[in-house]
Amino acid sequence: MNITDQVIAIIAEQAVLEPEDVTLDSSLESLGIDSLGLVESIFAIEEAFDITVPFNANNPSESDFDISSVGRIIEGIKRLKAEQA
Amino acid sequence: MKRVVITGAGTINALGQTVADTLKAMREGVCGIGPLEFRDVERLQIQIGGQVRGFEAEGRYNRQQMSLYDRFTQFTLAAAKEAIEQSGLIFSGELAARSGVVLGTAGGGVSTWDDNYRAVYEEGKNRVHPFVVPKLMNNAAASHVSMEWNLKGPSFTVSTACASSNHAMAQALSLVRSGMAPAMVTGGSESMLCFGGVKAWEGLRVMSRDACRPFSANRNGMVQGEGAGVFVFEELEHARKRGADILCEVVGFAMTSDASDIVMPSKAGAARAMSGALADAGLNREEVGYINAHGTGTAANDKTECAAVADVFGPHADRLMISSTKSMHGHLIGGTGAVELLACIMALRDGVIAPTIGYEEADPECALDVVPNEAREAEINVALSNAFAFGGMNAVIALRKV
Repeated sequence: MNITDQVIAIIAEQAVLEPEDVTLDSSLESLGIDSLGLVESIFAIEEAFDITVPFNANNPSESDFDISSVGRIIEGIKRLKAEQA
Repeated sequence: MKRVVITGAGTINALGQTVADTLKAMREGVCGIGPLEFRDVERLQIQIGGQVRGFEAEGRYNRQQMSLYDRFTQFTLAAAKEAIEQSGLIFSGELAARSGVVLGTAGGGVSTWDDNYRAVYEEGKNRVHPFVVPKLMNNAAASHVSMEWNLKGPSFTVSTACASSNHAMAQALSLVRSGMAPAMVTGGSESMLCFGGVKAWEGLRVMSRDACRPFSANRNGMVQGEGAGVFVFEELEHARKRGADILCEVVGFAMTSDASDIVMPSKAGAARAMSGALADAGLNREEVGYINAHGTGTAANDKTECAAVADVFGPHADRLMISSTKSMHGHLIGGTGAVELLACIMALRDGVIAPTIGYEEADPECALDVVPNEAREAEINVALSNAFAFGGMNAVIALRKV
């Protein structure tokens, strides 16, 4: 499974949706993921990709990680993986 | 001062996963203590306990709930459901706004601490699940009960080691008695049966390797248990008006502190708690028919407790019955007083006194009627439930038949 499919699977599980219902331009909010669900999703992403996501729940907009849509999250993860390599 | 009654009871423990099953086991003198089953148990010197078996969180709770509910919370929610459904109360409007939940636990989410310490120390992981804190906190169980049942009044958790549940129920009694709350959900729970939880107790060298035999001359220590007991305490007139089935009245309580030693019990502290509960309830000592003992099965507790009973009750000490159901369900630590209150309710309602099982040899220092090995039928009107904690903190509750 590539990064995009993996992230969609994680988010779909958190949102209790089918992966087909999660699109790249969906926001987590629109998928019904609340703040606890968000930190749990980030934890699952960190575990799956062995990365550390620079995300502070106190101030999501100023974190160095864009969570405004599923697509942005995937881009961020790709960047972090690239930096790791 | 309002009068307070119990209108609902729920439990899960090594003897059963409902009140009916637990009381049946107590009547039959069933021993719920057996070999412990969990990771690394082979590294423990103490390998027995009153473990809850066949309780599957899967299916009972959804994935999100599972990530937030430590086992002590899972037990609490199961027991609270049984108790609140039995009471028939629906918490809404003014009733919801003023009713709350006070629960006891000594350790809170012990297995959550254990699992995550293992992950970071033993497995070298550098990341833990984001809900570790809300899962392990001591008030997690009370919080989830408040959310599940819409209890919006005074809610908190009390932690006084082995007296936690009795202290919690004393607080609930006070809140209802004073008129502050029309009803309170109360009791306690504990789930320490994991490697770290038992290893810590091993260190004290007060644990038995084979059985819990309270008051027996050959007793050799305590045995841990796990589970929860939850009750609905309700103002008497409130209960009567809606025609609720009243299980018994909670007539009084007392709390004392030994102010002497962090682990050794004190006869005076225990005696003051029992006589204080009688005074609070306005009872004569001759009215007490049954005492559910703290009765841990340690050398120190049992002889001190018997001496305290003799001091408080004088000649009546030889006529009343006193038993320790820890011999059957083990010592539930912060949840123990709640499960043991069920034996008092059975004595008052059904006229059946739960036995002290595993009793093999008389001890002149525990020369009371400890209802050895077999339950007994007896009509009684008043029962006391004792809890004497490490730290010298004691709480005794008095119940009366209605």
